[in-house]
Amino acid sequence: MAMERKKGSFLEKNLHIIFPMPAVIFVVVMMLFPVVYTLFLSFTNWNLTSGMPISIVFLKSYQKVLQEPRFIAALGRTFSFTALAVAVETILGMIVALILNREFRGKGFTKLIMLLPLVSTPVAIGIVFNLFYDPTIGLANFVLTRFGLPRQAWTGSAATVIPSLAIVDIWQWTPMIALILLSGLASLSSEPYESARVDGATEWQIFWRITLPMITPTLLTALILRTIDALKTFDIIYAMTGGGPGYASETFNVMAFKYSFEYFRMGQASVILVFLFMLVLFMSLLIVRMRKSLEL
Amino acid sequence: MKSKLMLVILVVLTVLSAGAQQKEIRVLLANHPYGDLLKAAIPEYEKATGVKVNVESLQESQLTTKLTTEFATRSSTVDVFMTRPLQEAKMFYKNGWNEPLVNYDFSDYPKNAMDIVTFGGKPYLVPMIIEWEVLYYRIDLFKKAGLSVPSTLAELELAAKKLNSDDVAGIASRGKGAAAVTQLSSYIYSYGGTYIDKGKAAFDSKEALDAIRFYGKLLANYGPKGVTNMSWENILPLFQAGKVAMWTDASVFYGQIVDPAKSQVNADMVGIANFPAGPKGSIPCFPVAWGMAVARQSKNKALAMDFIKWATSQELAKRAMLANIPMARNSVWKDAEVRSKIHPGLIATQEHAAKFGIAYDRPYMSAVGEARDLIGEVIVESINTAGASPKLEALAKEKAAAVNELLQDTGEYGVY
Repeated sequence: MAMERKKGSFLEKNLHIIFPMPAVIFVVVMMLFPVVYTLFLSFTNWNLTSGMPISIVFLKSYQKVLQEPRFIAALGRTFSFTALAVAVETILGMIVALILNREFRGKGFTKLIMLLPLVSTPVAIGIVFNLFYDPTIGLANFVLTRFGLPRQAWTGSAATVIPSLAIVDIWQWTPMIALILLSGLASLSSEPYESARVDGATEWQIFWRITLPMITPTLLTALILRTIDALKTFDIIYAMTGGGPGYASETFNVMAFKYSFEYFRMGQASVILVFLFMLVLFMSLLIVRMRKSLEL
Repeated sequence: MKSKLMLVILVVLTVLSAGAQQKEIRVLLANHPYGDLLKAAIPEYEKATGVKVNVESLQESQLTTKLTTEFATRSSTVDVFMTRPLQEAKMFYKNGWNEPLVNYDFSDYPKNAMDIVTFGGKPYLVPMIIEWEVLYYRIDLFKKAGLSVPSTLAELELAAKKLNSDDVAGIASRGKGAAAVTQLSSYIYSYGGTYIDKGKAAFDSKEALDAIRFYGKLLANYGPKGVTNMSWENILPLFQAGKVAMWTDASVFYGQIVDPAKSQVNADMVGIANFPAGPKGSIPCFPVAWGMAVARQSKNKALAMDFIKWATSQELAKRAMLANIPMARNSVWKDAEVRSKIHPGLIATQEHAAKFGIAYDRPYMSAVGEARDLIGEVIVESINTAGASPKLEALAKEKAAAVNELLQDTGEYGVY
């Protein structure tokens, strides 16, 4: 009897530790371990092609990667791709959300259609867009020439490959921003709008002075999610260009993939991933900080 | 009662042990016409031997990645695998991942193929499929333009110029950096250059640079738009859609080019010619594209050996030849039935390549993936500037130095 009570009290006393345990174990095994292990690998020269055992070389892999001109170029591309894609997605998403926030027939159906890009498989999207973009037989150039516009090389030229890839990202992820913003808009109270209309405010003033400030926290949440995701984009780029032409669409993640699974330089690939991790962390913190300062 | 119990136990044990003895092997195949042929034929093998063959098919670069990571982390259960000798053999041998094939009869294979798969006097994989560079051309377009098939690279350029229009590209060849390296090799050889000479990078030589400039000029002026992002996966559908007049690539694509289910060009519209001659003659690449090997860490080596003998057998090789897959075995090329059924252009160009071809189509080294990317940079620069880039030579020198560094890293520099 006494034993049982003791056991029960042990459980009861430590509930606050026991209940979160599954989540903690999950985070440690699935998130913390890979990050720490990648950090460890970044200090080694592990290379599968050489047949040599792993040895710790401290910062030598960092030095090697930082000296590689591809690294800085990939950093710039990671930023320009993310900035372009997320900026357009935010503006378009806002417009779409404002339109969908009105009552009209077929609203539910429209929302359903908008979900389709979100649930599509990235590699399949990549293959289909590659067909669209084919400079000779693709739909994109066919449409352009119908309107009397010059043909484009799309993903076939270093000058246009990043915007072309951003278009795919925009096609896929604008609906997500729109849906998040839509839920934000739906939760706004209607009173400020009514009084503004009574005071004779124009629609633009209402949007700029009321809607935008009230929806900013939601907007920043959407921005964080999209920015983190866009910085890490891999599937679409790998499926469509493999980082080409040349290295013209090689972002951090694509470069890390090539270093690890094509060159088998695991140590140096880990260095790139450590930088990508820091970049994502930094950007997320920046946006969270922004959100906090706006709330104050 | 006791005897009944014993009987039950005996029966259970027999059933259990039979279940445990169900022999299985794990085989990794490539998404390649021959891989498909094997996959379709494996039920025959299973029926004849009672061995269960667990097959996985992968795209070629993913196959390399999967094999390398599984073997390097020593977690593999692979018994037999398809492998690209020029891409993987050196690295796999160095890491000790392939089982030497001592009980296999290699007498039916060409010598240059055996050179590639032999290390330290022992063969480590079976050469399966060969490839060589050919010129595919549209007979109807040539007739309409009053042209004859080009036999030199200068004639090739003239023909490309004449056939090029808004609708149809005069010529296509791979322009996507690393993927272009294998096809560029025939241009470089025919100009008198090479990728690696005596264990040192040599693609910055004058001959090689002339070839790279020619390749860039040809594709920039008469190639399909966006060619720097094109490998064979992109060019094949263009050719099938009738948008390309000539195409230099490996011999393996003929079957797909004229596949009536996929192609708008008919078999009688497509010709196959020898790779046109450069200053040093017509020297196409003639590599072993695919081989098959047994994994060193396999726990079923006897079964694996038996399977590989079947999968690379003469009977299957003949079946493949009849499906337009060029096999490495000498005997199938002499087979009367085969000769009567496959495209005469394939037979003629194979004979030419066997005589004059070079068995390598890429720098043969452990870090070949990275070396191909480095050479690919030079190719893309040449195409982007139509071969006129003033910095091409400096770029090639820089990349050659980088390839030499890779050779040094793996102890292959100056070794030949």
